[in-house]
Amino acid sequence: MSSWEAVIGLEIHAQLATKSKIFSGASTAYGAAPNVQASLVDLGYPGVLPVLNREAVRMAVKFGLAIGANIARRSIFARKNYFYPDLPKGYQISQYEKPIVENGRLEIVLEDGSRKTIGITRAHLEEDAGKSLHEDFHGLTGIDLNRAGTPLIEIVSEPDMRSAKEAVAYMKKIHTLVRYLEICDGNMQEGSFRCDANVSVRPVGQEKFGTRCEIKNLNSFRFVERAINYEIARQIQVLESGGTIQQETRLFDPDKGETRALRTKEEANDYRYFPDPDLLPLVLDDEFIESVRRTLPELPDEKAARYVEQFGLSAYDAGVLTASREMGDYFESVVAKLNGHAKLAANWVMGELSGALNKENLDITQSRIDPTRLAGLLARIVDQTISGKIAKDVFEQMWNEGLDADTIIESKGLRQITDTAAIEQVIEAVMAAHPKQLAEYRSGKEKLFGFFVGQVMKQTGGKANPAQVNELLKKKLAG
Amino acid sequence: MTELHHHTLAELAAGLRARRFSSVELTKHFLERIERFNPDLNAFITVTAERALEAAEAADRQLAAGEGSPLLGVPIAHKDIFCTDGVLTTCASRMLSNFVSPYDATVVERLSQAGAVSLGKTNMDEFAMGSSNETSWYGPVKNPWDPTKVPGGSSGGSAAAVAARVVPAATGTDTGGSIRQPAALTGLTGLKPTYGRVSRYGMIAFASSLDQAGTLTQTAEDAALLLSVMAGFDPRDSTSVEAPVPDYLAALDQPLQGLKIGVVKEFFDEGLDEQSAALVREALKQYEKLGARLIEVSLPNLPLSVPAYYVVAPAECSSNLARFDGVRFGYRCENPVDLLDMYTRSRGEGFGPEVKRRIMTGTYVLSAGYYDAYYLKAQKVRRLIADDFAKAFTEVDVLMGPTTPAPAFDIGAQGDDPIKMYLNDIYTIGANLAGLPAMSIPCGFVGHLPVGLQIIGPHFAEAKLLNVAHGYQRETDWHKRIPRGYE
Repeated sequence: MSSWEAVIGLEIHAQLATKSKIFSGASTAYGAAPNVQASLVDLGYPGVLPVLNREAVRMAVKFGLAIGANIARRSIFARKNYFYPDLPKGYQISQYEKPIVENGRLEIVLEDGSRKTIGITRAHLEEDAGKSLHEDFHGLTGIDLNRAGTPLIEIVSEPDMRSAKEAVAYMKKIHTLVRYLEICDGNMQEGSFRCDANVSVRPVGQEKFGTRCEIKNLNSFRFVERAINYEIARQIQVLESGGTIQQETRLFDPDKGETRALRTKEEANDYRYFPDPDLLPLVLDDEFIESVRRTLPELPDEKAARYVEQFGLSAYDAGVLTASREMGDYFESVVAKLNGHAKLAANWVMGELSGALNKENLDITQSRIDPTRLAGLLARIVDQTISGKIAKDVFEQMWNEGLDADTIIESKGLRQITDTAAIEQVIEAVMAAHPKQLAEYRSGKEKLFGFFVGQVMKQTGGKANPAQVNELLKKKLAG
Repeated sequence: MTELHHHTLAELAAGLRARRFSSVELTKHFLERIERFNPDLNAFITVTAERALEAAEAADRQLAAGEGSPLLGVPIAHKDIFCTDGVLTTCASRMLSNFVSPYDATVVERLSQAGAVSLGKTNMDEFAMGSSNETSWYGPVKNPWDPTKVPGGSSGGSAAAVAARVVPAATGTDTGGSIRQPAALTGLTGLKPTYGRVSRYGMIAFASSLDQAGTLTQTAEDAALLLSVMAGFDPRDSTSVEAPVPDYLAALDQPLQGLKIGVVKEFFDEGLDEQSAALVREALKQYEKLGARLIEVSLPNLPLSVPAYYVVAPAECSSNLARFDGVRFGYRCENPVDLLDMYTRSRGEGFGPEVKRRIMTGTYVLSAGYYDAYYLKAQKVRRLIADDFAKAFTEVDVLMGPTTPAPAFDIGAQGDDPIKMYLNDIYTIGANLAGLPAMSIPCGFVGHLPVGLQIIGPHFAEAKLLNVAHGYQRETDWHKRIPRGYE
């Protein structure tokens, strides 16, 4: 066999950031003691009825509009029937035949800078199940129904991705988008954002899809990439050794780095979907949809394009700075306070600041240096009070000690030396102290230029303006 | 002086207001009758005497202060399908034989807030699945007119209790005839309102798109009194309708001159007991005397209502009853070895045979490969039936016919033949499939057994139905008869 092509589609589950559940008034907050956030409706008590949370509908519509999808004027909630202890009613209320969002699309940027559009078949509203806890109960299973009834949108892509990297890029893009829209907190550790991956392979050039396997419940970008890569390799190996792929559901084991079969197609549940008679069809009018459209923020792609246009940033930098709404806000705030110098601001936000945040695992909203103070530091580079190199030291002190840039510069005497006479004086002293090196330089060993720069900077405590040092040194050394 | 239990709900309410007797006296009188007659009737699953007396005392204090709604202080009973806070709510199933509800159904809450005094919870077919009250885990209910006969079902306990005057009125639910059929078989006035008129919140679901709460009373006036309190939008039930509730009492006495009555041809086809048919025709003549015009109408798809119903209702029930799994409440089998064992034995032991039959039927018709042929087809038939009714109501104000094919049958007579049992609902199911309001009122006796006249109206025409029923009851006294032994 020659070469194979992978075909990948993702089903992403995003918990909607509503205050209360999709069909009850119970809180959706994470981390409460088991079952304290489960109302009678969430517990599936006899006689209770679901009432749809309008805010969840609003959020789903917002998502649909952001991916350029059709918003169904009429969608239907159905019951997906199966027995499981953490599914209190014995059915999950979900949208089946008529979802609220259909036919959207999203553009991803690949590592080589090329772009690709991924189709989004549908996104539908549904309720989450509770959790089964198998540890700590001495062979029994504990049930926590706090999560039961939490609103989800399930976002189903077309099988448009051809590698694990593309799948991760798509998933990250959706992750960015739902947080921009403020409809999901995107917290993957808490399970607010997770996905199932459908993977198949086919010989390059073949049009027909191969048999697919579904890998369930992947809750990190890294797992998605590893699971898909493992699965692609597994399927190719099976096919190349003459076997066939069984359509089945598989689980990824992050410890072993492999997927294993959970159940085959034959063992799959017959969910007996039918329209939920407790809920009327969800009817949306144009006025409602337009009212949601008016709440749409500037979307990541629009923002990135503006950064290129308005600030002259590269497409890459613009992409990095718009990866989260908060990062973009921070960056723009610095630029505003600095009255321009966007490239400088971009370098610092993506460089020193991101580095410091990553080191302590903070997000930008938790930064110890706010945009005003960072702008204060960068202003001193712009007006040449300090050099970029000194600025890095000042940044570190700002980060650790919480002081502002000017205070540090003044108290430590870091103000840059730009007085030509003063710099010349130091240069002359350095030349006098190193006659041997001076002779070698003048006899053609120009590499020693760096040595002299270093000496001058050392003598001035790094405060001499580097450009001036270069210029004046060249002149003096030439004799 | 007549006995307290010879009065209608409306008369008792007036008596309380006139201070001729107190709510406590009234409550004690009916509690004593329950104590005396219930061992034979088996109409109640739970009697809440203590709570009833407390509520009656509170009502008397309010009455003394000249406060309160028209229902203040009158005793009633609830079908055991309505959740009642702090009270056993069984749905007549072993599955819920230990279930004390932590909340009140909207119907219970509204009647209680209006000051009605609940005496307890009445027997019924298990999960409202049955037409004879024989499927109850708590045993069959006897028909007060003849203890060898069934009282009908599924609201058989409510019907027997009111017929025997051990309570003046009771709530019921009607999914395929479960109020009207027992009303007919026990000589009562039964009202099933329009789907969505009364909240289903807290009413344990059998078939959600068909279930509707209603009343079993002596008269149309009593039904109007209760419905005035029960009806109305409930934000906890998305299928309840946000439409104003008319003054049902004010409409009762409107003249029937010019009323156009559609006589449904299909209701008089083969299968209808001849003597019952004669009584129904007699009632129609009475309406003519009152100035109504009879017009024969046809509902050609009506004969398909039983098969359509026995696809839709089981489908919904198979899903609605999935929550009874032994995990969170209700019956759990002893010493389960694993999850599957707990599910299968809890459900196997907790549900009776009729409930299991319907769960299996419903599971089957929703299965991959059968959904289109059964469930979807039944929904299409349902639409055709609704269209038939809608067309008929462009020509007539109400439709009339018999409520049941025959008077009450023997306990045990139809036990082995589900199809025969299902055919008891042949005249009543259509109104459920179309979501229409319908009533049954007593219109005579075959031997010693009562016969019901069914009246069906367009959506939200409860006021008209009650007016039409009341007009007949002003001229007749079938509804005043009390079974021998219960006078």
